[in-house]
Amino acid sequence: MSNFSVGFRSNGTVQILDLQGELDAHTAAELEAAIQKCQKDNRVHILVNGANLMYISSAGLGVFMAYIEELRESGGDIKIAALQPKVYNVFDLLGFPMLFDIVETEEGAVSKFETASAD
Amino acid sequence: MAATTHTLTIPSSTRFLEDVREFVTTHATDAGFDEMVVEQLKMAVDEACTNVIEHAYSGESEQPIEIAIILSRDKMTIRIRDKGQQFNQQAYREPDLIEYAKTRKSGGFGVHIMRKLMDEVAYKTTGGYNECRMVKYLP
Repeated sequence: MSNFSVGFRSNGTVQILDLQGELDAHTAAELEAAIQKCQKDNRVHILVNGANLMYISSAGLGVFMAYIEELRESGGDIKIAALQPKVYNVFDLLGFPMLFDIVETEEGAVSKFETASAD
Repeated sequence: MAATTHTLTIPSSTRFLEDVREFVTTHATDAGFDEMVVEQLKMAVDEACTNVIEHAYSGESEQPIEIAIILSRDKMTIRIRDKGQQFNQQAYREPDLIEYAKTRKSGGFGVHIMRKLMDEVAYKTTGGYNECRMVKYLP
């Protein structure tokens, strides 16, 4: 029984992924499948909501790394919002804020997508 | 004061990483580390075990991994033993995030994380097993 799940929601053209539980080498495949589904459905503006993400290891971070360039090349992006402080620390440790938009709230991330597409 | 040792042995499958994290959380909390440090210890051990599963045992899921937590007066030592392939420290290079994204590389951060989070990380191979020994000093 996996202690990780991904929920799908939409806000206009933004595809929201609600992550819940613990993301490690065992559960990373579920996040990968979710991102692949977004790509297949041509939903490339991906907002990851981490409010209920309790843990992430490098295997989870690696999934974001593996897809970010591809999504940006097709005009999309991954923005990450609402991370708990202990989880944000892990992103920060590896320098992720240099490569990803990490925003405090989901609303903030949505408006960043809107601003980007208005440019 | 004599050291206290707690041991957990798991098969080499990622499904048991959750049990490893719980084991570390319990003993690190009992030892008196604060929540933030407990998170760091949990992650360092998760990364070390993930490396053993994916690299030392190349995904074979029934091989043994022994995790020992050794508590002494001033530090916690975590010793992870496996009987798989030896970790090649000479071939190891620090990861470059931008380069990794460009090449769509998704792994290779484990050792980097372990070194950032722990006070000491050392590897050795003796008597037919590999050993990773990580130390965190008590505050």
